[in-house]
Amino acid sequence: MEYIYKILFAVILILGVGYFAKNVKKLVRNIKLGQDVDVSDNKSQRWKNMSMIALGQSKIVRRPISGVLHVIVYIGFIIINIEVLEIIIDGLVGTHRVGLKFLPTSVYGFLIGTFEILACLVFVSVIIFWIRRNIIKLARFWKSEMTSWPKNDGNFILYFEMVLMTLFLVMNATDVHFQTLNSGNIISQFISPWFSGLSEGTLHIIERGAWWIHIVGILTFLNYLYYSKHLHILLAFPNTYYGKLEPKGQINNLEAVTKEVQMMMDPNIDPFAAPAEEAGEEEIPAKFGASDVQDLNWVQLLNAYTCTECGRCTSECPANQTGKKLSPRKVMMDTRDRLEEVGKNIDANNGEFKDDGKQLLDDYITKEELWACTSCNACVEACPVSIDPLSIILEMRRYLVMEQSAAPVELNNMMTNIENNGAPWPYNQMDRLNWKNE
Amino acid sequence: MSELLKVPTMAEFMAQGKQPEVLFWVGCAGSFDDRAKKITKAFVKLLNKANVEFAVLGTEESCTGDPAKRAGNEFLFQMQAVTNIEVLNAYEVKKIVTACPHCFNTIKNEYPELGGKYEVMHHTQFLKTLLDERRLAIEGGKFKGKRITFHDPCYLGRANNVYEAPRQLIQKLEAELVEMKNCKRNGLCCGAGGAQMFKDAEKGDKEINVERTEQALNIKPEIIAAGCPFCNTMMTDGVKAKEKEADVEVMDIAELIANAQDL
Repeated sequence: MEYIYKILFAVILILGVGYFAKNVKKLVRNIKLGQDVDVSDNKSQRWKNMSMIALGQSKIVRRPISGVLHVIVYIGFIIINIEVLEIIIDGLVGTHRVGLKFLPTSVYGFLIGTFEILACLVFVSVIIFWIRRNIIKLARFWKSEMTSWPKNDGNFILYFEMVLMTLFLVMNATDVHFQTLNSGNIISQFISPWFSGLSEGTLHIIERGAWWIHIVGILTFLNYLYYSKHLHILLAFPNTYYGKLEPKGQINNLEAVTKEVQMMMDPNIDPFAAPAEEAGEEEIPAKFGASDVQDLNWVQLLNAYTCTECGRCTSECPANQTGKKLSPRKVMMDTRDRLEEVGKNIDANNGEFKDDGKQLLDDYITKEELWACTSCNACVEACPVSIDPLSIILEMRRYLVMEQSAAPVELNNMMTNIENNGAPWPYNQMDRLNWKNE
Repeated sequence: MSELLKVPTMAEFMAQGKQPEVLFWVGCAGSFDDRAKKITKAFVKLLNKANVEFAVLGTEESCTGDPAKRAGNEFLFQMQAVTNIEVLNAYEVKKIVTACPHCFNTIKNEYPELGGKYEVMHHTQFLKTLLDERRLAIEGGKFKGKRITFHDPCYLGRANNVYEAPRQLIQKLEAELVEMKNCKRNGLCCGAGGAQMFKDAEKGDKEINVERTEQALNIKPEIIAAGCPFCNTMMTDGVKAKEKEADVEVMDIAELIANAQDL
């Protein structure tokens, strides 16, 4: 009988981890659909950013209430997962609480006691999170992009965590042997009396039940990640590593444009010369700017998968605050949704993307949203995991202007003025110093 | 007064075979916008007072390309950048000061890759240095004890992490520096950045400059200090929209310091 459980456990474990690995492969494939970008510089600063921002949670705590609650859940999540190690060994080997075999009862008790306290704190924090979302209805969780799946996704994650923490505590509370040890049952000793009328056999069934549902739940949650905004628990680390290092105000200079401008400005270049041999090695890109996800770079796509839709960016956005359609969070969500759609398209067409007549621009992100941005960097500053929605907005504006000449009329006037007079207004460049004598 | 302004050009310096200490990049707003021209003049008065050997490009200056780049026109931006860099490099410019955070950000961050490498300072940083080097004395004068709040320009603050220089200057005026709820890295945009200055806003329920002005008015300042000609315009319009022109003035830091000394 015993070995059936072991085999069952191994099968569940392999299926759970295997399916997740398959999706991670897909995730990496999708991210690599983006354009190449060199982020191999400044490794020490990048490691520092990752350890401060992701590992050290330095930006999340800027909003103290949600920040502290998040740190509790984060620490709880990491530390309680040590317990999963024991569960996996027990499941595969058929032991029960294998930790007790290797560790003195007091040390084991200390560990489990810590887990229990954290589980309890996580449970409370998650309840507060749920209240903030559903009872207090914080504005950023009720914006127009937060309906249907995104809204449910947020709550499902909280329910998952509530159930997993409960199962962990019930599992300990109904473990008669563990309770008699009276070491580490710091929280579960108060839950154990709830089951006091039950026979030892029934308790054992409940304990086993909780144990099995707990591990199956964890594996389910692991696989839920790929379909959820909750991927940030993994991707926050690479995302903060690859995050922007330059001053926030610095926007990249398009290299392809630099080449063209150099050609235009260089008096030594013969404009009638046949395209030289070098044309082969440095091809002019198919288009300037981005109209679809494949035009963005892979860090921007990683950004999209990392976004956990907390909405701090949107709540800081001046355009959004004043009722415009632009929401930096929606820009990230749209990018991810479109990327997923493109990924599925590729899966369905034997690894080749088949034109589906759709794109990120217009079908997901409208011009009205793009033109409402003031490039103020409030969204970038607000993001706790170094996501840069502004870079996507600007890349799409580049497409609108350089490929489609679709800038608003007033901006076209401004640009014509710069071209003709060297100023955004229709003043003569020769009058630039007139102020001196006025 | 204005006839006393000494505003030499780079060409004049070159003709004498000299190099100025710093190039003052006036910017389009500072050159053409009536309100911003006052800021330009105030800053020049301070430079004159501190005996700074500076020069301007004058008619050889052209838009940095910032609004074009933020609007998505990378071609126009780079054309502007390359042309400007050619002029600046021909004059062997090493150090640039500007009263416009947009010019500041563009020249400082986006020109180096295109061949324009200079030390670039915002005028508040430059004034702070003059103060530290005792080349300029700052007195409170009529601003002594006044409630002044500083509106952080996005392209100075968040974009380049310059928060302290303008504040230290205000404090030197012996004024009462009061902070808005959203300040420094959390400062709200005035609504002009990203080329918005040159177009109407998208449909919404409020103008951004009015929202920001309300945040400022909440703490009842007598003066809203700015460090950007565009913020200045937006906040001035905001104050007008709230019909508070009689109670609140919008002034650039350079104007505060110059006016305090009756320059």
